[in-house]
Amino acid sequence: MPDITLSALAAQIFTGLVLGGILVLLAIGLSLIFGLMTVVNFAHGSFFMLGAYAGFFVLAYTKSFWAALLVAPLVVGVFGLVVERLLIRPLYGRGPDDPLLLTFGLSLVLIEAVKLLVGKVGLTLDPPAPLAGAVDLGFMKFPAYRIFVLAVTAVVLLGLWLFLEKTNVGLVVRAGSRDALMVRALGIDLGRVWFLVFGLGIAMAGLAGILAGPLRGVYAEMGVEIIIEAFVVVVVGGMGSLPGAIVAGLLIGQVISLTTFFAPKLAEIVVFVVMAVVLLTRPSGLFGEAGLAE
Amino acid sequence: MDRRTFLHSTTAAVAILGFPSVLRAQSGPLRIGFPLPLTGPFAAIAADQRRGAELAMDELNAQGGVLGRKVEVLFRDDELKPATGAQRTKELIENQNVDFVVGGLAAHVQMAINEQTKKSGKLFVSISQSDEISAKPDTSPITFHEALNPTITGRAVGSWGVQNLGKKWWIVYADYAWGKQNNAVFTDVVKKGGGTILGSTPYPLGKPEFSAHIPKIQAAKPEVLLAVTPGADGVAFMKQAISFGMKKEMKVLVPLHFLFLAKEGGAELFADVYGGTNFYWELADTLPQAKKFVDASMKKFGAPPDGYAGYGYNGILEVARGATLAKSTDAEKVADALRKNPVYDHYKGKQFWRACDNKSFQDLYLVKGRAQAKGEWGYFEITGKVPADEKLDRTCAEKGHA
Amino acid sequence: MTRGPLAPVAAWIAAHPVVSIVAFFAVLPFVVPYTSLATQILVYGLFALGFNLLFGYAGLLSFGHAAFWGLGAYGAGIVLAKLGWTSLWGALAVGMLAAGLGGAFVGFFALRRRGIYFAMLTLAFAQLFYFIAFHLADLTGGDDGLRGIPQLPLGLFGWSIPLKTPLAFHYFALAWAALAVAGLQRVLRSPFGAVLAAIRENRDRASACGYDVRRARLLAFVFSAVITGLAGSLDALRLNVVPVEALFWSTSGQVVIMTLLGGAGTFFGPFVGAATFLVLADRLSLVMTDSWPIVIGSIFMAFVLFLPKGIWGTLTGGFHGR
Repeated sequence: MPDITLSALAAQIFTGLVLGGILVLLAIGLSLIFGLMTVVNFAHGSFFMLGAYAGFFVLAYTKSFWAALLVAPLVVGVFGLVVERLLIRPLYGRGPDDPLLLTFGLSLVLIEAVKLLVGKVGLTLDPPAPLAGAVDLGFMKFPAYRIFVLAVTAVVLLGLWLFLEKTNVGLVVRAGSRDALMVRALGIDLGRVWFLVFGLGIAMAGLAGILAGPLRGVYAEMGVEIIIEAFVVVVVGGMGSLPGAIVAGLLIGQVISLTTFFAPKLAEIVVFVVMAVVLLTRPSGLFGEAGLAE
Repeated sequence: MDRRTFLHSTTAAVAILGFPSVLRAQSGPLRIGFPLPLTGPFAAIAADQRRGAELAMDELNAQGGVLGRKVEVLFRDDELKPATGAQRTKELIENQNVDFVVGGLAAHVQMAINEQTKKSGKLFVSISQSDEISAKPDTSPITFHEALNPTITGRAVGSWGVQNLGKKWWIVYADYAWGKQNNAVFTDVVKKGGGTILGSTPYPLGKPEFSAHIPKIQAAKPEVLLAVTPGADGVAFMKQAISFGMKKEMKVLVPLHFLFLAKEGGAELFADVYGGTNFYWELADTLPQAKKFVDASMKKFGAPPDGYAGYGYNGILEVARGATLAKSTDAEKVADALRKNPVYDHYKGKQFWRACDNKSFQDLYLVKGRAQAKGEWGYFEITGKVPADEKLDRTCAEKGHA
Repeated sequence: MTRGPLAPVAAWIAAHPVVSIVAFFAVLPFVVPYTSLATQILVYGLFALGFNLLFGYAGLLSFGHAAFWGLGAYGAGIVLAKLGWTSLWGALAVGMLAAGLGGAFVGFFALRRRGIYFAMLTLAFAQLFYFIAFHLADLTGGDDGLRGIPQLPLGLFGWSIPLKTPLAFHYFALAWAALAVAGLQRVLRSPFGAVLAAIRENRDRASACGYDVRRARLLAFVFSAVITGLAGSLDALRLNVVPVEALFWSTSGQVVIMTLLGGAGTFFGPFVGAATFLVLADRLSLVMTDSWPIVIGSIFMAFVLFLPKGIWGTLTGGFHGR
């Protein structure tokens, strides 16, 4: 048992929030895509990775981290749209297994393509100078960049909420995830909404990637482990549920973080234990198939 | 192309690819199988191994081959997985009729490879870090271990560290075999050297999240921080340590330094970090055989060799030397020949095989990261040397021999 | 349901699965570049066959089938390597028993949920077994894997049949695979098999007809686990090691891929899928040592897009899965 000082515990909780933030960004995309299109996107981790790589190149070209932060998710999102149109759209109506298999193959291809094009050795993505140091919070020092990641996540979530709650398109998305048939019966073209949602989900994965880059380094396999955790988050929160993804993401982030602190040996398995417990007590995750509304 | 055509041509292609290859006679080339993780997270280090092996192959063939036969090294991807390593080894032995097997990067993979080579009676030179491969029950009279292992590395680097860097230590280590072995050996050596271990933090391999532990470590004020954090974990750890300002407060030490990891992370990452290595290319300044090796690598690949290139190089050359001495490719005869002529020096100084466990002993160097790389590759400077010494490893009795 | 070019062949094979499997694998060592590849295809095909019982015939997608493969492997491996048993029969029996018990345990919990939730629960349990194997290093060898599985002869009616050569081992494994296929055939043709089919087609209707859906599924789960466990035990004997990755989700993923490649819900499909995957992996990594995964990934995607029923499913023009 390590010494439980307040500052160490606070540090760990903060770390858990940061990890949770990254997971939330990933999980929302996964959940949206599954909720609306019943597509299990195994390539999500690869888009995460592509976001980090795209960020590296934009940074190298423009020397501005802020530009990278804006452009990389857009680039990845657009790429995701191309993928959707070319590879996934032909599979609609065939049941859930085909997109699963396709996205699995795609993830292999993307990882290898990146290694071929960029090289096997990973890259370094540095946060901008103002964020590089540690912030003294009085009772502990915490890296400024991590606080920044939390802030960005919060802003994005706020933006997403505004989009879903306050715009017409958002209304369609919420309604469509609840009852697609009805929405179509009302004459609304869901195809374009799906397209948008897919792009949005992938863009968020790309954003998570570029945010995570300075934390752990940029390398081709960086999405492989985190995607499993993201899937756990989605399932725990309830497939298709946005609040579920948020709550579960933050929860899982804390669980991983605190377990790493108190019982490091259990850190690997605790996520699955939590998932099993949640699934066995609540059939469809925490927030079930309630859709994107509350 | 419609479905049917696609299907037919694919089936045809698969059938052609799958057709058995022609058997080769014994007077054909001398073939050495070389499984290594060409894909996966350590691909860069495997590429280093491969370059060293290719240099050895070129050298041997320039001299007319071995036993009058041209030398061929057959590289196979083991994907860092034991099952794949075992399957590729089977393919090399059954399909390609290799005479010897050299290779492996991951400890668990090379042990699976070893099971296959033992079963088929082929001599295997392992170039992976492992304490077990030269001990019972894994080892065999035809299993040779060229690389360093955690015991040797730990004792060498640890005793150098406790004499030169500081007496109060903290260890962060990945919670798997290699990490745990290092932790155990370093703890033992530091204590024997009069130091103390203030604390020891395991973390799950591949999950390099240290933010919670770092404040605790800083509060304990160790003089030396040992980071047993392999591969990408090491890069992540260094970044986090720097962002918390740890490098200014204590000396950071890693069991092994890798040139390509330093290049990936950037000089700033490993600046002032100490570590061990079996070879660093700047040894070319002081050792003529190292200069020859480094020059050959620069000429052929435009990159210097690092530690694992040296292992690959040695593995191929030793197999060749043994075959030449024994005048045969029979595993047991070659093994005996190597044990009877144990001393060799191909690229960095005298090395020798210990007869009871086929373990190679070699000099180990201590290097430190430079704040700014000198030229394209000068990421480290040499700060010390620990000469080859049997006492650095477990005794044969401890390994279950005798 | 279109009739593919090999439909009559498929019908014959479906009617005579044991003979077909035996004939195919008896000849395979002489067709592929080296015998051990044929054995690898056999063993992984058996793994996929076990998985397919659950997926193609019972309609349940499991992400954690590596658990039973690993339990089978460790079961057989531990009694041979650590307890000093010398009977291959005993080792295989222990492997299958361990896998079957594991199947009952996991099935009991996981079958309470459906769809993706069921799949994730199976994954969670498999990861739990992985975690246990990883940390019980004294028993399992931990992440270095279980080594020291001896090369033993088969004791049969007083004879001691050496299995040292790849071909001898191949036929030994084939004998067991044939038994498994025969067993599976019996099950699928029995009334129980009909119940499974009914449940797969329309769960609620089957339940309304009075069939105990949960019990039927649990039985299918256990049987699937036993076949998978047999495959794992054979692999332990084949490699003389059990790597801890045998229990990892990547292994579960592999068998899903192989089954889908070959065609779920067909008898022969899993073997075809295993053969395709493994031969490709073997041969491609020769010609493109670095980037062969890109080719495999692309081929997968091409199959999904153009051959959704898998190779065998397309060739035979139809199947009773999904």
